Amino acid sequence: MGTEFKESINKAVNDANLTGALGKFSEAYKVNRAKAYEGIDFEELRGRIADLKSYAASHLDQLSEQFEKNAVARGAKVFRTNDPARVREYILKVAQDNGVKSVVKSKSMATEEIHLNPYLEKAGIAVGETDLGEWIIQLAGQTPSHMVMPAIHMTKEEVSDLFSKEVNERLSSDIPRLVKVARNELRPKFLAADMGISGGNIAVAETGSIVLMTNEGNARLVTSLPKIHIALVGIEKLIAHYADIAPILKALPRSATAQLLTSYVSIITGPTPNDDGSMKDLHIILMDNRRSEMAADPKFKQALQCIRCASCLNVCPVFRLVGGHVFGKVYTGGIGTILTAWFDELKKSEDIQGLCIQCGACKDVCPGKIDIPDLIMEIRRRLVQEQGLPLIQKAIYSVVNNRHLFHGMLRAASIAGKPFTSGKFVRHLPLFLADLTDGRSLPAIAAVPFRDRFKEIKQPHCTEKIAFYAGCLIDFAYPEMGESLVRILNKAGIEVIFPQEQTCCGAPARYNGAYETAAGNAIDNIKALLEEKVSHVVSACPTCTVALDHEFISTLESLGQTEWIPKARVLAARTIDFSTLVKKLVDEGRLSLKEGQQLGSITYHDSCHLKRTLKVAEQPRELLTKAGYEVTEMFECDMCCGMGGSYSMKLPEISGPILQRKLKNIKETGAPVVAMDCPGCVMQIRGGMDQDGAAVKVRHTVEILAEQLKE
Amino acid sequence: MYEQFKARAEGVSAEVYRFETKTVALDFIVGFLQREGCADEPHAYALWADSPFLDGVDRQPLSAVAGLKFVITRELAADARFGISQMGWALADTGSLVQDSSAIEQRLVSSLSTIHIALVPTSGLLADMPTLLTRLHPKDSAYIAMITGASRTADIERVLTIGVHGPERLIIVFCDELN
Ligand code: SF4
Ligand code: SF4
Repeated sequence: MGTEFKESINKAVNDANLTGALGKFSEAYKVNRAKAYEGIDFEELRGRIADLKSYAASHLDQLSEQFEKNAVARGAKVFRTNDPARVREYILKVAQDNGVKSVVKSKSMATEEIHLNPYLEKAGIAVGETDLGEWIIQLAGQTPSHMVMPAIHMTKEEVSDLFSKEVNERLSSDIPRLVKVARNELRPKFLAADMGISGGNIAVAETGSIVLMTNEGNARLVTSLPKIHIALVGIEKLIAHYADIAPILKALPRSATAQLLTSYVSIITGPTPNDDGSMKDLHIILMDNRRSEMAADPKFKQALQCIRCASCLNVCPVFRLVGGHVFGKVYTGGIGTILTAWFDELKKSEDIQGLCIQCGACKDVCPGKIDIPDLIMEIRRRLVQEQGLPLIQKAIYSVVNNRHLFHGMLRAASIAGKPFTSGKFVRHLPLFLADLTDGRSLPAIAAVPFRDRFKEIKQPHCTEKIAFYAGCLIDFAYPEMGESLVRILNKAGIEVIFPQEQTCCGAPARYNGAYETAAGNAIDNIKALLEEKVSHVVSACPTCTVALDHEFISTLESLGQTEWIPKARVLAARTIDFSTLVKKLVDEGRLSLKEGQQLGSITYHDSCHLKRTLKVAEQPRELLTKAGYEVTEMFECDMCCGMGGSYSMKLPEISGPILQRKLKNIKETGAPVVAMDCPGCVMQIRGGMDQDGAAVKVRHTVEILAEQLKE
Repeated sequence: MYEQFKARAEGVSAEVYRFETKTVALDFIVGFLQREGCADEPHAYALWADSPFLDGVDRQPLSAVAGLKFVITRELAADARFGISQMGWALADTGSLVQDSSAIEQRLVSSLSTIHIALVPTSGLLADMPTLLTRLHPKDSAYIAMITGASRTADIERVLTIGVHGPERLIIVFCDELN
């Protein structure tokens, strides 16, 4: 990551206005969004949106043509181009041909994408943004920090300073008063403008209509008062049928601002008369700018399902810390990273793609049903493919891909690392060689890894056998978690086998775009774990479970290594996470927890991969309750803890504050223990608690349950 | 449906009334304009855009209101305090009003005024958006306008503020007699 980029991150996380405003907004957003969707089957709704948008993305040419034909038949002029430069030229020409001196605009990301304002201004045309937030940004000479709330990073005092300068009068910072000032200042601009420029939220091919949604009412004025109206629409806004607008109108306002409908929706089909009886000069520009290329890419086509609601920003733990400016000038957040990689260039996303911690929160709320984290991973993979890995990572992965060498180094580190055990030097697992970090203590590498301890465990002989996949963290840092797991399964009459050839799950390599290494890891593990006939392969690390259950297959698919895929599927079918397995055993009466215990309050942290990829949330809670704990939910229990594998090493300035928030939420429950199902989260949160000094025990569910088995 | 509409519309700070006959509705509007200080001077007068409501109505009571005009120009609309227009439909599940706004006058009075009074035939109440889309099609209307509550913004410190570019008050008047 470049120093300039790092500086922009530091600036953002230290901007109290920005992080305060975004933080408060995202907390309120979650509650308000849920309320707006009350009584609505969100999965069904977004399924419909994804289907109709995906259909449109596969028929962009056909729909563009149909749109053009129908809009032209209604009297609109339609201009279609792939090239942003030609869009700018077209608009300037229309302006010059008609002697346009001033333009009013309603919010349009597409015009920002092609940097239209400076272009027109250079040609001597005054351009006025009329969306309040956009106008504030324009006056301040800044760029938007959020797709829906462009000026969210500014305080009312800053706005009042800007407006005071504009109207030559000292204004107070009373918000309703400031809004009045904007109304009064912009009104004459609307009335005087020769041309209105808008975007388009939806373009309907069947009717040649564009749909515009605003809350302030500016789009109504932009499209009604000036005699010329130009709508600039990216072709991803096309949909086939008029009836298709209903699901979008239902989801977009709810997801964007938790409203049932925006204050104003206009459906414009062809020109309408002006007040002097002449007809409006209506131009609609359908801009491609690499969207067709995107649609032809089997992986990225789904990004065209985006309806630009920005809810992926609102729920993102990283975005709410750094805001939009870090991401660049136009599209921001997770989806912005993807759009920037395409509409701008792949290279431009090099730094910002690294901001994603892969927590999956955005994917859960996206009304376009886009797998944003997966697409960001794909960008990472392509960047690595194009540019290769940095040397240091290359060195690390060549070690990780050689199990003997890798495990040998880990053992050596445990000995060599002795003097540092109380220090903070990170030298374990695929993360060794990483930087120093602040804000948490890290575990030392265990003197005896689980793979050696396992040989000493005396197990009963049972007919049912389950293979344990430990993963690096349990194997080399928390072997006691593995021992707890064996104890629990033995009690249920199951013998645990530990295939010694198992190695790193490949997640660290994959999350850094090193798919070749990840595929090597996948194949080694498939061989090791399928060797013996077992009923299940269990893991107590959700990241590993996801690797075994999904990612081996998708990594091999991405690389076209099809010969291993059938076996990867067999392994996936056998894979189960710890809590789901134990819950099943308890339900089947094969395992009993002590009865009648009153163990007091406990709070539970949902690990990203467990909750959102594996969809497991109730099982551990039910088990803990059954054991005698009272589960006290913390605020934002399923928000990422900031670990994200090597993320916490690469971006400690972001990981740190995310962790601090998590610690605060845990402490506020007053529970003396916090449980979780992921050794990575234990590492992050236990380390944080240790530095914090709070008397809260941080434990893996497996350790807790192992103490509560009925004798 | 009316109760649902009313609750939803009031939830976005609209004021909702319902009257059986045109005569009573007209009395209400006259009283409202008078109470709110409608007068024949800039920023105080009212504009009433062409509406079926006015057909066959005894306009006599209207002459009691000073500053009520039926001629719409953009210059007049720019300084109007009140704008009155008739909407075709109301959507119960979102509290929205819908109009075929192809005629510019309809948009001028409802977008530039400070207080928008919207007349709606009670028979125009529909359950939701999909139902509307089967009734109102772009082939019959070049400009379909939907209005849900007053003009609003949260662009400064996320504080909800009413009345940015459009009206700061929306008065919805249902009339059962209207078709
Ligand atoms: S996966 Fe998480 S970190 Fe990445 S963009 Fe989505 S919400 Fe943000
Ligand atoms: S990616 Fe999904 S959540 Fe993000 S803006 Fe697009 S539709 Fe909304």
